[in-house]
Amino acid sequence: MAVPKRRMSRSNTRSRRAQWKAQAVATVPCPQCKSPKLPHAACGVCGTYNGRQVVEV
Amino acid sequence: MPQPTKGARLGGSPAHQRLMLANLATSLFRHGKIRTTETKAKRLRPFAERLVTFGKRGDLNSRRRAIAVLRDKEVVHQLFEEIARRYANRPGGYTRTTKIGPRKGDNAPMAVIELVEELAVAEPEAKRAARKAAKADAVAALAGETDEADEAAAPEAKAPETDLVGADEEPPYGEGSHAPLEDDSQPEGFPIKGNEDSKLYHTTDSPSYKRTVAEVWFATEEAAEAAGFQKPPSQRDKDDSEDSAE
Ligand SMILES: [Zn+2]
Repeated sequence: MAVPKRRMSRSNTRSRRAQWKAQAVATVPCPQCKSPKLPHAACGVCGTYNGRQVVEV
Repeated sequence: MPQPTKGARLGGSPAHQRLMLANLATSLFRHGKIRTTETKAKRLRPFAERLVTFGKRGDLNSRRRAIAVLRDKEVVHQLFEEIARRYANRPGGYTRTTKIGPRKGDNAPMAVIELVEELAVAEPEAKRAARKAAKADAVAALAGETDEADEAAAPEAKAPETDLVGADEEPPYGEGSHAPLEDDSQPEGFPIKGNEDSKLYHTTDSPSYKRTVAEVWFATEEAAEAAGFQKPPSQRDKDDSEDSAE
């Protein structure tokens, strides 16, 4: 089985991990209440989608 | 023969999936609206709609097949008596799924699946008639009945021409409309922007007014409506209330 020949330095490890970046979730303004919501999903604030009340809030 | 579902079963085994779908369908028919994961909602939709079809058929064999799945006789009764009757004039599409974002805890994407409301009678009749007419036209055109095909093609050919001419000089949508100016500025007395692609118009109150590139300008909302343009769906109810407030 293939195994690493040398221990990886902390510097190398951290350089690799420096590329792990979180990305902001894309949102769109809710047409009803203008608060940011996920596209193609009901609004979490007012609970409407496509002008229809989907979930009670 | 129906193609078997690809990939893993819900819950791990075919038996578990059968039970899970049966329970989901029972809950859906009992409550009319349930919240579950997107994956389950997607699997439930064809399953539940097939049961509604049994309900609409309404004979003894269908009832037995529904009972074999649902097991709860009360729910089967409700399905056959109320739900099936509600969808008598609906040719399928009995459920609606809306995504509601990820669940707290495991971040599973969630959805609400519900039984849709009753269909007004007039609407589907008109639609079906229109579709039938369109189909008949297409068939006639293919069959080489040139008379009808020419008639159908002629007005379509004329319409874009008049639109193009109108965009240069004349009001493109009749009284109360104005073609866009060369520098995209607002023509005097025509504050409302119209989008020809979406067939929507934006008043100065609209949040997307600034973003909209006016392909046509209107003097009043009435003029825009008369030209076949609509208010953006999100603003319809709100603006009505504003009008009454004013
Ligand atoms: Zn909202």
